[in-house]
Amino acid sequence: MKKSISTVLKENTMLIVLVIVYLFFTITTKGTMFQPLQFNALITQNAYVYILASGMLMCMLTGGNIDLSCGSFVCLLGAIGGYFMVVRGMSVPVSVGLMLLVGIIYGGVLGYLIAYVNIPPWIATLAGYLAFRGLGTAVLSGNSKTGSIAPFPQEFLKLFSGKLFSTKLNVLNMPCMIVGLVAAFLVVLVIFGTRASRLKKGYEADSFKAAAIKSGLMAAVILLFAYKLGMAGGIPTVLVWVAVVVLIYSFITSKTTIGRHFYVVGGNKEAAYLSGVNTRKIMFLAYMNMAILTVVTTWTVIARFQAANSTAGTNYEMDAISACVVGGVSAYGGAGSVTGMVIGATLIGVINLGMSLMNIDANYQKVVKGVVLLGAVAFDILSKKRAK
Amino acid sequence: MGKILLEMKNITKTFPGVKALDNVNLQVEEGEIHALVGENGAGKSTLMNVLSGIYPYGSYEGDIVYDGEVCKFGNIKDSEGKGIVIIHQELALVPEMSIGENMYLGNERGFKAKIDWNTTYMEADKYLKMVGLTESSKVLVKEIGTGKQQLVEIAKALAKKAKLLILDEPTSSLNEEDSKALLDLMLGFKKQGMTMIIITHKLNEVAYVSDKITVIRDGSTIETIDCHGPEKISEDRIIKGMVGREITNRFPRREGVEIGEINMEVSNWTVHHPLYPERIVVNDVSLNVRKGEVVGIYGLMGAGRTELAMSIFGQSYGILTGGILKIDGKEVHLKKSPTDAIKHKIAYVTEDRKGNGLILSQSIKVNTSLANLNSISTATVIDKDKEYAVAMEYKNKLNTKTPSVEQLVGNLSGGNQQKVLLAKWMFAEPDILILDEPTRGIDVGAKYEIYCIINDLAKAGKSVIMISSELPEVLAMSDRIYIMNASRIVGEMKASEATQENIMAMILKSGRGA
Amino acid sequence: MIMKSESIGAAAKKYMMIIILVGVVIFFSILTKGKILYAQNINNLISQNGYVFVLAAGMLLCILTGGNIDLAVGSVVCFTGAIGGVMMSKGSSAGIAVLVMLLVGLAIGCFQGFWIAFISVPPFIATLAGMYAFRGLSNVVLQGFAVGINNQTFLNLFGGGADCYVPDFLSTGGKLNMFCLLVGLVLALIFALSTTLGWKSRQKKGLAGASTAEKLTLVILVALMVWITYELASYKGIPTVLIWIALVLFVYNYITQNTAIGRYFYAVGGNEKATRLSGVNTKMVYFVAYANMGFLAGLAGILTVARASSAQPTYGQGYEMDAIASCFIGGASAYGGVGKISGVIIGAVLMGVINQGMSIVGWSANYQKAVKGVVLLLAVLIDVVSKKEKA
Repeated sequence: MKKSISTVLKENTMLIVLVIVYLFFTITTKGTMFQPLQFNALITQNAYVYILASGMLMCMLTGGNIDLSCGSFVCLLGAIGGYFMVVRGMSVPVSVGLMLLVGIIYGGVLGYLIAYVNIPPWIATLAGYLAFRGLGTAVLSGNSKTGSIAPFPQEFLKLFSGKLFSTKLNVLNMPCMIVGLVAAFLVVLVIFGTRASRLKKGYEADSFKAAAIKSGLMAAVILLFAYKLGMAGGIPTVLVWVAVVVLIYSFITSKTTIGRHFYVVGGNKEAAYLSGVNTRKIMFLAYMNMAILTVVTTWTVIARFQAANSTAGTNYEMDAISACVVGGVSAYGGAGSVTGMVIGATLIGVINLGMSLMNIDANYQKVVKGVVLLGAVAFDILSKKRAK
Repeated sequence: MGKILLEMKNITKTFPGVKALDNVNLQVEEGEIHALVGENGAGKSTLMNVLSGIYPYGSYEGDIVYDGEVCKFGNIKDSEGKGIVIIHQELALVPEMSIGENMYLGNERGFKAKIDWNTTYMEADKYLKMVGLTESSKVLVKEIGTGKQQLVEIAKALAKKAKLLILDEPTSSLNEEDSKALLDLMLGFKKQGMTMIIITHKLNEVAYVSDKITVIRDGSTIETIDCHGPEKISEDRIIKGMVGREITNRFPRREGVEIGEINMEVSNWTVHHPLYPERIVVNDVSLNVRKGEVVGIYGLMGAGRTELAMSIFGQSYGILTGGILKIDGKEVHLKKSPTDAIKHKIAYVTEDRKGNGLILSQSIKVNTSLANLNSISTATVIDKDKEYAVAMEYKNKLNTKTPSVEQLVGNLSGGNQQKVLLAKWMFAEPDILILDEPTRGIDVGAKYEIYCIINDLAKAGKSVIMISSELPEVLAMSDRIYIMNASRIVGEMKASEATQENIMAMILKSGRGA
Repeated sequence: MIMKSESIGAAAKKYMMIIILVGVVIFFSILTKGKILYAQNINNLISQNGYVFVLAAGMLLCILTGGNIDLAVGSVVCFTGAIGGVMMSKGSSAGIAVLVMLLVGLAIGCFQGFWIAFISVPPFIATLAGMYAFRGLSNVVLQGFAVGINNQTFLNLFGGGADCYVPDFLSTGGKLNMFCLLVGLVLALIFALSTTLGWKSRQKKGLAGASTAEKLTLVILVALMVWITYELASYKGIPTVLIWIALVLFVYNYITQNTAIGRYFYAVGGNEKATRLSGVNTKMVYFVAYANMGFLAGLAGILTVARASSAQPTYGQGYEMDAIASCFIGGASAYGGVGKISGVIIGAVLMGVINQGMSIVGWSANYQKAVKGVVLLLAVLIDVVSKKEKA
């Protein structure tokens, strides 16, 4: 069966919007947007969105539930990490382990309250939203006159920021290019491999032309990124973390039984329960997972700023939710994909970057973010209504 | 012949793809109780929704003539203004509010900006007395039982100065005593000149209260029977109108099935209501089912059938207070989880397809594999190709009409949705299948196909329990029949010995009212 | 009759929050060595927490419709305050500025209500968007700076500056503010009389008269009014902000208890389908809840900038929390359909006492935030768990 062009367009609305927005900013910034440094900035500045949104996606899948506390939790975790690593001078592995432990404890408590006591998620997390910012600030101001804890040990910074095999600007970084080539090759291989195996078993598959176009485009994008990042000094370390998280969650949501359970709980909780799905466990896991990913986010955030301070993580919850919703995750749960979320997060990142390159006031950026979020949800709901 | 209060002329109502009502005519005389009967999905509720303005004027064809004038109701308020009040099957009460507030919700005493509470409660008390309730109207609705809540609904209707009262399955959630009281109340209102339309499945109730009966089948009026006419009204007479065709043609024969050992046995099973633990919903029930056997459980809605089935299925309903479950002769204690029941090879195919059965926003494929996802996964990774193959296999086996198994279940017709639901549970490879109203709300052709699937399951040596409130279906499909009424099993008979008469007689014998 | 049949346990549950409130007051009295009960501190408690009462009244309506909330109120408070501040700094009169602020609040409320009621965007998402957008816009209006307000009429009227008290028209030169004393006593008398008259008329119509509990409550309330009056009179008199608080609470108590629309909020939250089948336009109910919330956020914006004599881009942060917490502490259900203005008052006072107590003790604002978060969670926990027991 062949898909018509209009359905292909409809299925990829946000991707097309992303391309248009990108071109718009490239033109209005007279090409600045297309420079290697901006590719690097796009990734390092938005790394937290990809990681947090992966967790938020899992929460939203279970029925449009969100976690409002993750931004404040980043602040508190940063303060705790700073306390251990900088103030107490504890070793990096121990400190990192302790941060993870704090995350797991919070995730356990939060998951228990939501899944087993039936506290509405937005209330349970609203409490954390307020409390953690306060606690984080208290820890920071109790241990530093400036209200921010620094410097973090190099060993830690290297793990989550900087570049792999760093080279000078505008000199093509070979390791980066090689990784890009390998990745592009793998993508082509996977697309054609799947197609071949499906054809062999007699299932529906893309036509050869479609597969060629798809893999060609994806390989081109990967190579472009590799080239630009290579010119900007190499692979940002944080990209590795982002890639690992995104790949893991993409795999979980699309390929595993547990991932499937998240979708069906969001689609119809009662039916899922009667089909033998442990719905409470799924709710618990969603929030436990969110807390753990918040810890990972915190590592990358304090490494990027090389300090823990009280404004860290402000509005992160909003960015994560927006990335999901813009990427087509349903505000009522049960639908959405990691691919969509990545497109949504990139779109928001591009808008942010573009606006700051155009020297648009940070306050207008907030307004634009709000409008984008509302617009995306309304678009989702209205288009579904029309489909009915 | 009295004055005609209401006449619905040539009402036709179409939903996208379905003609729900086709030239329906209904005449109701002033001061009579008019029963509207028909199978599930025949169009009774749709007709009443047209009358009460829930489907506004313009969304249907035909005329409503009420009290001599043509009415064009745009919403519920319009029809209520004329004194046409509908009491819905699901109670329309706000549990956290007082009885009095509920009675005047949307119809407040005093002014919009100044509710007169004293008048509200005084008038409410007056109407409560009329329906035989002694509670104060200040008591919260959640504090009184379902039977009394139904009476509050009637008091609410009276408070709206109802001239024509429509009751949609008013006794479906009541016990015998409360049902009887309610029917007597209706007869009392009739004496005072009230006109009523009652929609019900319980034919003995129809015979008890109604003056005229209009039978609706497949969206059309079949006939109107005058209960005071020369022709004697029996339940068979009504059923003939409802069903409309010779019963033998509607059911495929099942031949050459060897009935084996007892596969599942339930004894002294007692279940209490989850919210009102003092209410017994399933009372000391014992039953068994053999391999290759189809056992019918016949009972009216509210008899406790679904509750029985769900409580067997991993205690997914109510509080189990006693009883033994044996599978293959061995006693098992299922945990309070459907997962455990599935492990023990039990499947429960719900009556509430959309609410409890399917994930409408997901594809046929996802729904089919849901209850047995592990069998197509290795180390929790789903084999998508296998999943697709499984979905295709069941699509072909059950003859599900769909362009592809990637289709969202929400876009399918009722009959095809039912097939997907069956596919899900067949794929779970159970030995015992409990089918709850497996043919509810689907058309005749699809029903036939579902019956064929049931026969195939029996042939494959599965034990099938089929719960149904359609007598002909139970009679034709079962090897053995249990009759359930008011939370008890009141009888058991071989299908070869069962007739509509002796089943109905058994129900009537077990309790006068329902 | 109903009262009698209630067990002591049920009564304790019913008055749980009052008991907790009394406990917290005693706790802070001991911790502050009685300072929290000084006349000046009671006066401050009212002045500094005026916005909580106003916002909580609006939030209650949203929560009643089904546990829905408005996360944007803090930003809307800031935004309307910013607009008013800038207008007045450019010489606009207090009257026009106030009108514009209220209208802007209402317009924002209608905007959010439109998406929530008619497009069915989940409230937390619609208002989350508003929370960011209006915070940003406030910054734009203020261009990132604080704007001072020195319009004396405005400050005096809405509880800012040194003279934001109702002047003592009957001054005898003594320490006590006689006018305040008089108003307080008259109000207490009117309250006592109207309540007892209500009982009488109820009895006359053949309904049950006053129960012992009702009589006891009246006595306690009147005593409380007299005490507060005395305390206020012995400081500077009636803070003007108290008039606005009292007005809002009175009006919203009336609306929720005695008007049709007020009862619809409860009905929609209790059983939306039943309400629709009773002929109520439920979408309109949601719309009104959020439109009204915007309007009250406008009023809270006025009180906030007046209190601080300035408008700043950081104002209103965390206000949504205070309002939501007040409602839940005051017994509103997280699932909607249950809650009263009287409960909200208790909740708001409790939040006020905690705020005030902690700042007198000298705990940092950071710990205050943490304590508030915990208090909110506990309030909801009590609500949810006690419901579960019933089921």
